[in-house]
Amino acid sequence: MARQFMKGNDAIVVGALAAGCRAYYGYPITPASEIAHAAALHFPALGGVFIQAESEVAAMNMVYGTAGMGVRTMTASSSPGFSLKQEGLSYCAGAELPCVVVNIVRGGPGLGNIAPEQADYFQITKGGGHGNYRLIALAPNGAQEMCDLTMLAFDLADKYRNPACIMADGITGQMMEVVEIPTAKVEQWDHSSWAVTGTPDTVGHLVSSITLEPEELEKHNLKLDAKYKRIMADEVLFEKYAVDDADLVVVAYGVVSRIVYSAVDQARAEGLKVGLLRPITVWPFPSEVIGGLCGSAKAFLAVELSTGQMVEDVRLAVEGRRPVHFYGRCGGMVPGGDELLAEFRRLLSGGSR
Amino acid sequence: MAEKTALDVPFMEVNSELCKGCQLCLAACPKSVIAISEKLNSSSYHPAFYTGAECTGCGLCFYACPEPGAIRVYKP
Amino acid sequence: MKTYEKSAGFFPVFERKSGPAKDATHYCPGCGHGNVHKMIAEALNDLGLIDRSVFVSPVGCSVFGYYYFNCGNFQAAHGRAPAVATAVKRTNPQAIVISYQGDGDLAAIGTAETIHTANRGENICVFFVNNAIYGMTGGQMAPTTMIGQRSTTTPHGRIEALHGNPIRMAEMLATLPAPTYIERVAIGDSKHIMKARKAIRKALTIQAEGRGYSFVEIVSACPTGWKMDPVHSRDWLIEEMLKVFPLGVFKDESENRDENSWLRRCDAYDPAKVDEYLDRLKSTLGDAAPVALTNDLHCKFAGFGGQGILTLGLLLSQIGMRAGQHVSWFPAYGPEMRGGTANCSVNVCGGRIGTPLVDTPNLLVVMNQPSLDAFADQVIDGGTIIIDSTIVEGRLDSTRLRQVLIPATAIADEVGTAKVANVVVLGALVAATDCFPREFCEDTLRAAIKKRSLVDMNIDAFGRGYEFVKNAR
Repeated sequence: MARQFMKGNDAIVVGALAAGCRAYYGYPITPASEIAHAAALHFPALGGVFIQAESEVAAMNMVYGTAGMGVRTMTASSSPGFSLKQEGLSYCAGAELPCVVVNIVRGGPGLGNIAPEQADYFQITKGGGHGNYRLIALAPNGAQEMCDLTMLAFDLADKYRNPACIMADGITGQMMEVVEIPTAKVEQWDHSSWAVTGTPDTVGHLVSSITLEPEELEKHNLKLDAKYKRIMADEVLFEKYAVDDADLVVVAYGVVSRIVYSAVDQARAEGLKVGLLRPITVWPFPSEVIGGLCGSAKAFLAVELSTGQMVEDVRLAVEGRRPVHFYGRCGGMVPGGDELLAEFRRLLSGGSR
Repeated sequence: MAEKTALDVPFMEVNSELCKGCQLCLAACPKSVIAISEKLNSSSYHPAFYTGAECTGCGLCFYACPEPGAIRVYKP
Repeated sequence: MKTYEKSAGFFPVFERKSGPAKDATHYCPGCGHGNVHKMIAEALNDLGLIDRSVFVSPVGCSVFGYYYFNCGNFQAAHGRAPAVATAVKRTNPQAIVISYQGDGDLAAIGTAETIHTANRGENICVFFVNNAIYGMTGGQMAPTTMIGQRSTTTPHGRIEALHGNPIRMAEMLATLPAPTYIERVAIGDSKHIMKARKAIRKALTIQAEGRGYSFVEIVSACPTGWKMDPVHSRDWLIEEMLKVFPLGVFKDESENRDENSWLRRCDAYDPAKVDEYLDRLKSTLGDAAPVALTNDLHCKFAGFGGQGILTLGLLLSQIGMRAGQHVSWFPAYGPEMRGGTANCSVNVCGGRIGTPLVDTPNLLVVMNQPSLDAFADQVIDGGTIIIDSTIVEGRLDSTRLRQVLIPATAIADEVGTAKVANVVVLGALVAATDCFPREFCEDTLRAAIKKRSLVDMNIDAFGRGYEFVKNAR
C-alpha cells in the first residue's frame, strides 16, 4: 500500500524527506513536537542532520547555517517559538537563504494555550521580524497537503532564495488522515554561485545580511521587493469550492476551510448560494481572484480562528466594492458547522445577529 | 669572505600607509630599532619606521602589530 | 630564511571593505582583533586548511571579519555564531569552522549558544576576544568588564552589587565534560602573544584531526573603548585584567581523544536512497480491493485514558483506509488529556471529509459515565450510541437514538485482559453499523496488530463483540 495513516505533523516530515531536506533543527513545543520526533528518527537514518537545539533562536540560526551552504534545511515550531524565530527569519530573508519553517499555530497572545488558532497570520504574512521582507506562506488544510505543500515550500524557497513557511494549526498538525506517500523529488538546485560550503570551490563566497552603505542597502531592498512582486504575480494558490454562482463568498484557510466545506454543503442543500474561496498561499494572498469575484458575489465573509487578521487582506482585495463580514473564534474555540450555517443564513437574509 | 649583500642581513620594514601609529612594535622590539616618524601618512597617523640597523629578524614586531600588512620582517 | 609578512590566509586586497584604504583593517590603532586575525590567517594557511575553512563573523567590532579571511565566510546574528558554526560543521564535517566572537556576543546575548555548543562538543574552534567592553556599539559594559571599570553604561564604574562580576567563560566551560581544549591567552607582551599564536594553531589542529571542541579566550585591548593609548592599554591589560582573567590551560583532553573521534560521521546522504526509505514508511496493512462503505460514519469515541479509546479510533481508521475510504482521526490532545477523560473524532466517508471535528456524531461510543453525560445530546437523531455496560451504569431513556449496550469490559476479562475491551467495542461497532464485512475487519486487525502474540486474543475479542450484538438483535 502506497499510503499511510498519519498525523499532519508527521506528514510534514515525510514531505521534507521526499524533497531532499537534509538537516532539521528544532526545539520542543506543543503542538508541533511530533515534527521533531519524526525528524529525530528519520533524518539521521538517511545520513542527514538532526539537532535538538538549545532554543528556538539557536535552531533558526542553525537553519541559517545549513541554508547558507545551499543545502535543504528546516525547522518547526508553534506560535511562541515562532515569535522567537523572527530574528533568524529576518536574517535568512536578508541573506536570501532558502529554507522552510513550519508554524503549527496555537492560541495566544503570550503563552496562550496549546489549542488551535490562526492568530499568527499577521506575523507570518506581514513580515514578522524587522526589515522589508516577506515569507512565502502555505496553509495546508489536511495531512496530504501537509506533505505536498512542504515539498512545494522547498521548491519555492530554492526558486526564490527566500524562507518559506508552512502555516498550519493545532488540528491540522494533530489529526491523522490517509497520506499518499510521495515519490522523492530531490531537486539539486544550483546554489554554487553563492553558497559557502567549506570546500575550495566556494572560497571567497559570503553569506551575510549586512549592507553598510545606505545606497547599497536600498538597492538590496528594491531587489528583494522586485522578487516579492514576482512571487505575488506567479505563485498564488487557492481553491474555489462552489464559488462561481455564490452570493456569499466565504474566505477561509487551513482547518477552518474544512469546516466551511461542510457548512457550504449544508447551505447549498437549503438552497443558499454560498461558496468557499480558500487561500492555499496566505502570502502571496489571492487578492486578484477575490477582487474578481466582486462581480458575482454580493458579500464576502472571512472566517478565521482569530479576532480578525486575514479579513484585512480580504477588505484590501475587495476595495470597498462589496461588504466584507467577519466571523471568528479564538483561544482554541473552533466554530461548528451549524454555527457557520446560522451566520450564512443571517448574512444572506440581511438580518442582524 | 664574500661581501655582505642586503639579503644577508635581517631587517624589518613598515608600510607607512598601512601603519596606524599605535607604537606597539616599538614596545615589542627587543633592540629598540623602530621609531615613529614625525610625518603624517595619508590617514593622518605617524607611522613607525626602521631606524636602519641591528634588526635581528626576530619577528616580534610583526606579531605585536595588529595590521596584517603593515610590517614585514626578513630573517636570512 | 624566514619572512614574516601578510599571510595568504588573508585576501590580497580587502575589496569588501568600504572606503579607500583597502589594504588596512577597519580596526582602531592598537586593537587586539588585528593580532588575532593575523594568527588565525597564518595558522589556516600554514596548516593547509584555508581552502576548506568557514569563518563565522559575529556582531561587534569583528562583524567585518569577512573582509579579511580568504575562505568561505558567514556573517551571523548577534550571539548566534556558534549555532551557525554548528550547522555548517554538521552539514559538512570536512569543513574547518571558526566561530569568532567578542565578549558581548559570546558571554551575554549568545551565552546559551556558547554553552550548548561547548556541551555538545562540536568539532569547531571558538576564538573569544575578551576586551572587557562593547566596542562597536560605543563602549558599554560587557559581561567581562572589570569591577570599577568605567563604560558608557557604568559611568561611575562597574559595581559588583549593581552589575555583577566579570564572567570567566574559560573556567565555566572547563567544567563541561565534552570540550577538548580550553585555554586563556592574551595579546599582551610578546611572550603572551607568542603563546596565543601557539594556542590558536593547536585549536585548529585539534579540529582538523577531529578531536573535538576548542575554546581559546584571548584577553585583548580596546584602546578606544578604554580611552587609553595603545601602549598603556596593553600595560593595563597585563597589570589589571590578567588578575581577573588568569592565563593558562583550563582543559586539555587532546591527547586522550582519538583522531576523528569527534568528527561526526554519518552515512553519506544519498538522494537515491530516499525512495527506498520512504517505502518503509508506507502502511504494512497490505493491499486490498476497495470495500464499499454502507454509510458515512462520523464517530466520537470517549472514555477514560487507558481504556484504549484513541486506539479504538485508530483501528477503525485503519480499516477504513484499507477499504479505500476517506478517513480522519482527531484526538482531544495535549497534557490536559493525560490521565483524564480521552476522546477522539473519527470520520470514515465515501467522499471528501469536511471538518475533522465531529461535533454531531452519528455514532458515539462511551466507555465511562462522564462521556455519556457529555456527548449523548450531541448525537444526531437516529444515531447510534454504543455503551460499555460493564462500566457505564446510566441508560438513555431517549427513543431518539439507537442504544447498543455491550458489557465490553466484562467480555474482555473473559478473553484474558480488560485491555482488549476497546476491540470488543470495535466488534460491536462493526456489527451494529454493518459498515464493513467482518472478515475484512479481522484481516485488517491481523495486519494492524504489531505483536504477533496478541493477534489471536484481539481477533477473539473482536469476534465476541461482533457476535454479542448480532445475537442480541
